Amino acid sequence: MSPAPPPDPEVVVSTTGLTRRFGPKTAVDTVDLTITRGEIFGFLGPNGSGKTTMMRMLTGLLIPSEGRARVLGVDLPGKPEPLKQKIGYMTQSFSHYRDLTVTENLDFAARIYGLPRRRRKARIETLLQRYDLEAQAHQIAGSMSGGQRQKLALAAAVLHEPQLLFLDEPTSAVDPETRRQFWARLFDLVDGGTTIIVSTHFMDEAERCHRIAILETGIKRIEGAPPDLMAGLKANVIEVTGDQLRHAKEVLDADAAVLSSAQIGARLRVLVRKDQADPETHVAALLHDAGPVTCHRTRANLEDVFVAATGGGAKRPAEAAA
Amino acid sequence: MISIGRIGAILKKELLQLRRDRMTFGMVIMIPLIQLALFGYAINTNIRHIPVGLVDQDQSGLSRMLVQMVGATQVVEFTQTYATPQQAQQALTAAEVRAVLIIPPDLPARLVRSPAIGAAPPPATDMVSARPVAQWIVDGSDTMIAAGIKSLRSMPLTELFRQPPNRVVPTFEMALFYNPEQRSAVNIVPGLVGIILTMTMIMFTSAAIVRESERGNMEMLINTPVRPIELMIGKIIPYMVIGLVQVAIILGLGYLLFNVPVNGSLWVLLVVTLLFIGASLSLGLVLSTIATNQLQAMQMTVFILLPSILLSGFMFPFDGMPGPAQAIAQLLPATHFMQMIRGVVLRDAALMDMAGGMLWMAGFTVFGLLVATLRFRKRL
Repeated sequence: MSPAPPPDPEVVVSTTGLTRRFGPKTAVDTVDLTITRGEIFGFLGPNGSGKTTMMRMLTGLLIPSEGRARVLGVDLPGKPEPLKQKIGYMTQSFSHYRDLTVTENLDFAARIYGLPRRRRKARIETLLQRYDLEAQAHQIAGSMSGGQRQKLALAAAVLHEPQLLFLDEPTSAVDPETRRQFWARLFDLVDGGTTIIVSTHFMDEAERCHRIAILETGIKRIEGAPPDLMAGLKANVIEVTGDQLRHAKEVLDADAAVLSSAQIGARLRVLVRKDQADPETHVAALLHDAGPVTCHRTRANLEDVFVAATGGGAKRPAEAAA
Repeated sequence: MISIGRIGAILKKELLQLRRDRMTFGMVIMIPLIQLALFGYAINTNIRHIPVGLVDQDQSGLSRMLVQMVGATQVVEFTQTYATPQQAQQALTAAEVRAVLIIPPDLPARLVRSPAIGAAPPPATDMVSARPVAQWIVDGSDTMIAAGIKSLRSMPLTELFRQPPNRVVPTFEMALFYNPEQRSAVNIVPGLVGIILTMTMIMFTSAAIVRESERGNMEMLINTPVRPIELMIGKIIPYMVIGLVQVAIILGLGYLLFNVPVNGSLWVLLVVTLLFIGASLSLGLVLSTIATNQLQAMQMTVFILLPSILLSGFMFPFDGMPGPAQAIAQLLPATHFMQMIRGVVLRDAALMDMAGGMLWMAGFTVFGLLVATLRFRKRL
C-alpha cells in the first residue's frame, strides 16, 4: 500500500461516497463533502432529508453503510472514541438533566470530559459569564425557559473546548431574538478557531452559514456559499400581484417553463426557467385570462435556491390538473 | 481505559438526582419498613381461631362439654349454630364458616365406646365401637386451614369424664433447632430481605438506565467519552448502598419487633448480601437494555418478582416443589439468596457452607454485567 497523502491540517471533515441505509430506505446517499477549519457549514433540508443521520455518521455514532469519512484526522468507519474528546454535540431537543441545576449540569459535563479540578471551576465560571447564565447558576434546568436551556446546552457542548461543534437544529425551539443572540455566540466561537456544523430547516439560519449543502432524501443537491448559490440560481424569480392568486397558481403550475410557484401573502412567487426568454412577459401572457395582474422580476433568495434545487413542494400533477 | 473520574461523575449525578427525587427516596425507606411490619404480623402458618359452625343433634350436657373442649384448643372458634346438617352445608357454601362440627344424636353411646376417652382399647373386630364420636365437614380448598382442623382428628377426650390424661409416649422425639417456638416471623423476616432487595434493586436499576433514554439524556451521553461500563458502574454503586441500608432496616426492625436474632457473623452477612445485590442489579441492567420505557421496565420487574416470591422458598418450601419448578427456581438469584440468608441469620452458616450458591451468584453478576454492556454498546 502506498502511504496516504499527508492530511491537510485545514481540512476538518472530508467524506467520499458516504452512504447510510436503514433497511430498504437510504437515509444518506453517496455524499462527498469537504469542510475546512473555522467555517460554519450548514446542512439545509426538510425533515427526513438525512441531516441528523449525516451528523451522526460524522460523530461516529452511526457506522456508514458505504463510503468513508475523515473527521479531525480520525478515519470513519473506525474507532470513534478518540473523536469524542475533540467534538461537541448539541442535540435537537434539550438532553441535559432537567432535575439538576445549571452548575451541576456543567460540572457533570466537565467531569465526564476529564477536566482537572481547578480548570473545571474556572471554565464553568467563564461559561456562566459568557453565556449570561450567572443569575440561573443554581436554578434547576427543567424550570428554565427554552432560550436559557439552549444557552446551557451550548455552554455544555463547548465546555471542553472542542475543535469541531455539531449543532442539530439548534434554534428550532426559540424565538427570533434568542436565535440572533445564539448566532452571535457561534461567530465568537468561530473566531476562536472552532469549526461548526449545523443542521437547519430555517432559511434565515442557513443564510448565516459560510457554506451550506442542501440535502433532499439523503442526496446532496447543491453546495456552496449562500450568496453564490443565490447568484447562480438557474431560474428567474417573478413576483405576481393580483386578486385571484389561487387560480393564477393553478394556471402557472400547468406550464412547462414554470419551475414552481408559491403564494406569500398577497403575492405569488414564481420561478421560471432561466432559458425562458423574457420571463415577465411569459408569465403575464399565461395569466391573461386570470384577471388583472402585475408581474415584475425580483432578486432570488435562499428559499428560491432551495425550491429550485429540490424541485420540491410545487408542481404536483394532481393539483395542476384540478 | 476505565476512568475513575467519569465513574465519579455519573455517581455524583445519580446521588444528586436521588436526593431531589423524594418519591424514590421515600420508597427506599418505606418499602422495607411497611412490608416488614405487614408481613411479619400478617403471615402466620400456625393457624388459630378458624371460624366454624355447630350442628348439635344431641343437645345434652355431654355435647355441650364436647363443644367447650374443642373450643378450648383455640384451633377453632364456634361462631354459628345450625339446626340441620343441610343448613350447615349451605353456610359452608356461602363461606359463613370454614367448617362445621356435626354432633350426632347418639353421642353418649358413641362416646362410651370411643378409645378417645381413655378406656381400654376396643377389640379391633368391634365395628360399632370403632365409630368416631362426631363429624367435621370442612371447606378443604385452603390446605392450611384444612390441616389445622385435621389436627383435631385424634384429640383425646379423657377430660370429658374427669379422668387424668393418659401418659402418651411419642413414637419419635422431636428436637426443633433454630426455631424451637415455631414462630413464622423467624422464617419470614430473613426471607423478606431477599424479596425486598429483588423488588427495589431490579426496579431501580432497570428504570435508571431507561430513564436516561426516555428523558433524552442518552443522546447527549453517547456523544461524550463516557463508556458503557463506566455508566453501568456509576449507576450501580448508589443502589448497592441503598440495598445495604434496606437490609439493615429489615434485620434491625426484625430484631426489635419480632425478636429475630442475627446468629451469624455480620461479615458473612455483608458478603452474601452484596453478592445478591450485585446479581439483582446486573439483572436490572439487562432488563434496562431490553425495555424502551419505564413502564416496560416495571412490567419486566414484576415478571421476575413473582417467581422470586413464589418459587424461591420465601412462602412455600423449595423442597416441596416438583423437579422442573425447582430447576426454574434455581435460575433466580432470590432462591439461592433465600437459602443463604436464612443460613446466616438463623443457623450461623459459614461462607464455606454456601460456596455453591455464592459462586453461582458471582457468575450471574459477571454474566449480567457483560450482557448489559454488550447490549448497550449495540444501541449506540
